Amino acid sequence: MTSSQSGKIKRIAIAVVGSGGSGVMTVGDLLLRSAAKAGWYGMMRRSSGPQIRGGEAAAYVELSTSPLESPCEYFNILLALDWKNVERFASEIALDKDSVVISGEAGVEFPEMVTDSGAKIWDVDLKAMLKKLKGGRTNIAALGLLGKLIGCPANIVRNTLENKFSAKALDPEVSFAALELGVQAASQVELIMELAPPAADAEERWAITGNQAAGLGALRAGVRFVAAYPITPATEILEWMSPRLRKVGGFLLQAEDELASINMSIGASYSGVPALTATSGPGLALMSESLGLAVAAEIPLVVVNVMRGGPSTGIPTKSEQTDLNLAVHGLHGDAPHLVLAPHSIPDCLWTTQWAVNLAEKLQTPAIVLSDQSLGQTLAVTKRPRDSTIKAEREVLKKVTEKYKRYALTDSGVSPMTLPGTPDGQYTADGLEHTPEGTPSSMVEDHDAQLEKRDRKLRNFDYGDDWAEITGDGKIAVITWGSTGGTVREAVSQIDPEGNKIRLMVIRLLSPAQPDIFKKALENAERVLVVEQSYGAQFYRYLRGYFELDERAESFSKPGPLPISSTMLRDKLQEWTTV
Amino acid sequence: MNNILVPPTIPVNTFIPKDYKSSIKPVWCPGCGDHTVLMGFTKAMAKLGLNPEDAVVVSGIGCSSRIPAYTKCYGFHGVHGRSLPIAAGIKLAHPELSVLVFSGDGDGYSIGGNHFLHACRRNINLTYVVMDNQVYGMTKGQPSPTTEPDWDNGMAPGGTNLRPFQPLVIALAAGANFIARGFSGDSNGTADLIAEAVTHPGFSFVEILSPCVTFRPEQRAWKDMVRSAPVKTTFDRGQAARHLATDDGFYTGVLFRDTRPAFEPPKAKTQVEVSDFNQEFIV
Repeated sequence: MTSSQSGKIKRIAIAVVGSGGSGVMTVGDLLLRSAAKAGWYGMMRRSSGPQIRGGEAAAYVELSTSPLESPCEYFNILLALDWKNVERFASEIALDKDSVVISGEAGVEFPEMVTDSGAKIWDVDLKAMLKKLKGGRTNIAALGLLGKLIGCPANIVRNTLENKFSAKALDPEVSFAALELGVQAASQVELIMELAPPAADAEERWAITGNQAAGLGALRAGVRFVAAYPITPATEILEWMSPRLRKVGGFLLQAEDELASINMSIGASYSGVPALTATSGPGLALMSESLGLAVAAEIPLVVVNVMRGGPSTGIPTKSEQTDLNLAVHGLHGDAPHLVLAPHSIPDCLWTTQWAVNLAEKLQTPAIVLSDQSLGQTLAVTKRPRDSTIKAEREVLKKVTEKYKRYALTDSGVSPMTLPGTPDGQYTADGLEHTPEGTPSSMVEDHDAQLEKRDRKLRNFDYGDDWAEITGDGKIAVITWGSTGGTVREAVSQIDPEGNKIRLMVIRLLSPAQPDIFKKALENAERVLVVEQSYGAQFYRYLRGYFELDERAESFSKPGPLPISSTMLRDKLQEWTTV
Repeated sequence: MNNILVPPTIPVNTFIPKDYKSSIKPVWCPGCGDHTVLMGFTKAMAKLGLNPEDAVVVSGIGCSSRIPAYTKCYGFHGVHGRSLPIAAGIKLAHPELSVLVFSGDGDGYSIGGNHFLHACRRNINLTYVVMDNQVYGMTKGQPSPTTEPDWDNGMAPGGTNLRPFQPLVIALAAGANFIARGFSGDSNGTADLIAEAVTHPGFSFVEILSPCVTFRPEQRAWKDMVRSAPVKTTFDRGQAARHLATDDGFYTGVLFRDTRPAFEPPKAKTQVEVSDFNQEFIV
């Protein structure tokens, strides 16, 4: 918690919990959207038990006067609509003595997570207050209460609620009355710290999840075919894209399994339509054989893989960065391909767009490694990067001499014909082949094609976007993906001038670029490698491809909790003060 | 039920079977049924008068699946069992192409069995030809889903003791729009079936009995066992079910066809620009 000079805090974290069906997610969503309208930035994470319906749920809403990069470690406010099974969130909702706990029902015994924290408890019996209002819902009252506490203008909260009436089948009169009851109940609660008001001239902001952003990035780049199989936490990409693809001349097909979805995408791309599939770890594992086919047959394709806790079914609703090994090394044979990772929620848009662009240019599959925390968190953020990069495939439209699909060109990329083109016929093949595409097991053909497929990725100029690099200190911190946000925030606190710490968030994971990496790491005396994995997959990947030697130390923790920014700050503090 | 089928208009050019055959020498053994299936395919194409570049031949892995490179059409030789999904992607993205899928009993009924079921029910306008020799030939003689239970082999000495898969019955139950059986020894008959399957809308399934003279030399006797089905092609699923469930696997001809329209990707009435989607996110 950072206090500004006026005594108001720049950032507030609110947890809303309750049993399933109590409308916890609606409170969180409306609160975030109201605050966004009022000019704040923020984000909302969702947490729930494994039950499909019912069980218990928690919405974690964080609001701030500036864009947020990482989840909080302590909550300022915990509001419980009821207290059934709230303990299951104990490890996620850390409270301290400065926290405020608001109970929506009276006469309950508070769980240890509350009593042990020293937090101030306010018993606001919303349930009893609503007894007089027939059909009035506790969660709407809670929205009024929280809106008032953070200082969000009442008319904005009212308007946001009004927009939800038809979707949620709410009675307008009763809902406004419940909202007002909540506003009045706020006078019973005294906050220890107040949220600073938003900047008056707030720039354009977007409310978007990483999964939506990835979908939009794909459409911007020209993806017009998607075949996929539902899987948590990637399904929202598909559900967002399906109706919208139909509006731009494309189509999404739900396949019978991931084996089908990747092969359908390969088929569509072979015939000339930029194609994508989205999945998570178990699905990526099933796709790995056919990813090898796309490498060998040189078919452009994008797989957005939204990582979750593994191995096996693991923890489907929680985040982890543990599909790195599979994405980079999971294909059989020598199979060079692209692996990219967005480093923030808005960056899911551009990185996916870039992945389509690169896959098409280089005629190879690209895996985009997003994760649950990026994909399913709703962020109120600055407008994502605008870019016009698109799918640009070298297509041979008119064939004038004997066509060689896998011709050995300087760049390694060979012009591709599409079915329907006279005299351009060839067979795309997973078998090793000659430049003409004829199956071959000859040494010279294997050597030539292996070298060509490797060269086209190795010699390509990826520009400055391979990593986001800030600062130029002698301490280097290297990370990737969603962990990038936590690290950026910690680094900006420890080294606001950027002269002690050099932060590198890697976006292009494969192909590795040892020379460029080495240059970026010049004069670094110590290197901290931060990631969310038990087995330190990223650290081992870096050690495998680059000369990190004894300078490097691993800071690696598994999910499902986000990387602790306090532990990270302590570590960086220790290194920078030596 | 509407029993009248109007075949789609196909441009009639003058082609001969040779126009569809590449110069690559097949890996198949001398006497293998697959040679004559290839001949049947080229005859069918000449009959249809399709430009070679407007057809795509898709396959998986196995002896039969080597066929794309032996044609002069566009080809895709994918991974084991996944020919149907590849073909679905091609056809959905480019409906103007004629897409033919060639598979075998291992590729199509074992490792690719799930895709077979869903291709039948999805009813995309594809032609699916399975060259069935009741054995894994490329890996040198293991039992496939259609192998007889008592066939002695190295993987299951004494036989698998498993009930053989019934592809035509399963295709019917799963919703295929056209079901036929042919014999590779009769390349003209095969050509007719393939040509009719290509012309028929929706998912058309053609099983071709194609002997493996190397690992199942006894299949040479098939030429004396196959005969035309003594029934007319039916549009009635119930009637077809009775025929298919009771036939001995050697009746040839078009055994069932339905008039279900082929699946086509739906489109929204109003088309928009991608940039219009920005509005949903702007606060």
